[in-house]
Amino acid sequence: MSWVTTTLSSSLGRKVVMSLTGLFLCTFLVVHLVGNLQLFKGDEGRAFNEYSYFMTHNPLIKTISYLLYASIIIHAVMALVLTRQNQASRPIKYAYARPEDNSHWTSRNMGILGTILLIFIVIHMRTFWYTMHFGPITLAGEEIQAGSIPQVTYDGEPIKDLYAVTTFAFSYLWYVILYVLSMAALAFHLVHGFQSGFQSLGLRHKKYSPLIEGIGTYVFGILIPALFAAMPVYIYLKVNHILF
Amino acid sequence: MDVTLKVWRQKNSQTPGKMVEYKLSDISPDMSFLEMFDVLNEQLAHKGDEPVAFDHDCREGICGMCSMYINGRPHGPQTGTTTCQLHMRNFNDGDTIVVEPWRALAFPVIKDLVVDRDALDRIVQAGGYVSVNTGSAPDANEMLIPREIAEEAMDAAQCIACGACVAACKNASAMLFTAAKVSHLAVLPQGKAEHKLRAERMVAQMDAEGFGACSFTGACAVECPKSISLDHIARLNREYLGAKLTSNNV
Repeated sequence: MSWVTTTLSSSLGRKVVMSLTGLFLCTFLVVHLVGNLQLFKGDEGRAFNEYSYFMTHNPLIKTISYLLYASIIIHAVMALVLTRQNQASRPIKYAYARPEDNSHWTSRNMGILGTILLIFIVIHMRTFWYTMHFGPITLAGEEIQAGSIPQVTYDGEPIKDLYAVTTFAFSYLWYVILYVLSMAALAFHLVHGFQSGFQSLGLRHKKYSPLIEGIGTYVFGILIPALFAAMPVYIYLKVNHILF
Repeated sequence: MDVTLKVWRQKNSQTPGKMVEYKLSDISPDMSFLEMFDVLNEQLAHKGDEPVAFDHDCREGICGMCSMYINGRPHGPQTGTTTCQLHMRNFNDGDTIVVEPWRALAFPVIKDLVVDRDALDRIVQAGGYVSVNTGSAPDANEMLIPREIAEEAMDAAQCIACGACVAACKNASAMLFTAAKVSHLAVLPQGKAEHKLRAERMVAQMDAEGFGACSFTGACAVECPKSISLDHIARLNREYLGAKLTSNNV
């Protein structure tokens, strides 16, 4: 085996792969959040639709998106490989264990949280990504249906109305609940995952580790999931004329 | 005080084991946990039963031989101590105490509570040494080492290879052990000469022994009787990655 394959098949190397893909996905979350904040703009979705058009047509963004899909797959597959290796290293379990006395629940259940997130990503991409890319166009005057996308015209240019798909999806309470619960899973995953990613790379220092822990806990563990969860809630309340 | 013990009994590595219950009365709260086991074994021997096999040596908390998983935690509920330094006053009268051996693929049970920890020795044999002819002792202060560095090396060198980190880890990972053994040499000038080769070889051996990967739960550092810090695991990651990227081993 060459040094590259030896490194990538070692337990430390595999954690580095988890770390690099995971931290890349964290940077994506920031971009995704900033873009989606356009949903809160009271302009009937124009800013959001124009942003969606840009994200699906800019060549640089499209290139990075393939890196993103690859990261999700590699992160999940490597997690599966590591989980199997880790489970094999203790074939006989303890009759009585108290792991809650020495570690946090989130750090011991990254696999379960990650599985919830993977299922969420599949549902989320089917609803929005697939519909945006491959969904049939709803004809003018026709009622919007799940899986199809209408068009909207800004300054004489027709573009896909992803905002209509979003408001349609989040008009259902069960779908909103699914999103809020998934964002809770994301929060717990990132509280441990973000700072753990730096540890796997050996980036631990008296000066910077408190900052990394702070960002991991308050930004990736609370702020970002909370803002993401606020979107379906806001749209649900708005579409059903409950609050806004 | 009276206690009920549930102890893992296993005749040898080939025979499956089981939990066996023992009742002990009039135990002094000032006894160490191992002394309490001595009382149990004396009673078992008087009855003609096989005493419980367990590892112990110095009983001063420095040799790393005692290795019991007590009430769901390695070395019991007290932090920063080995089983021999755990006293019965940490338990209440009438308590049921569950005692198991370390559980890991790399630590097969030899008998009852005794496990084979040679895997840790093999990790050290893979590179946890300085292979230079040191000759006679050098003059003091010939090689200047700042106190801060010396302290850091000593913190890691405190590792007694008891295996509590492996026992505590949900992945039975030996990262804290390997990190301590890499770290205490890597920060000192004597150890720097071979630091790349050391990190590569010791991690390869750690993986070959069947230990799991590090999930950074921090359980190892909490349960370590010498309170070795997770900082050393980060250093091992740096040492290993640096070695893999820059060493001459293609």
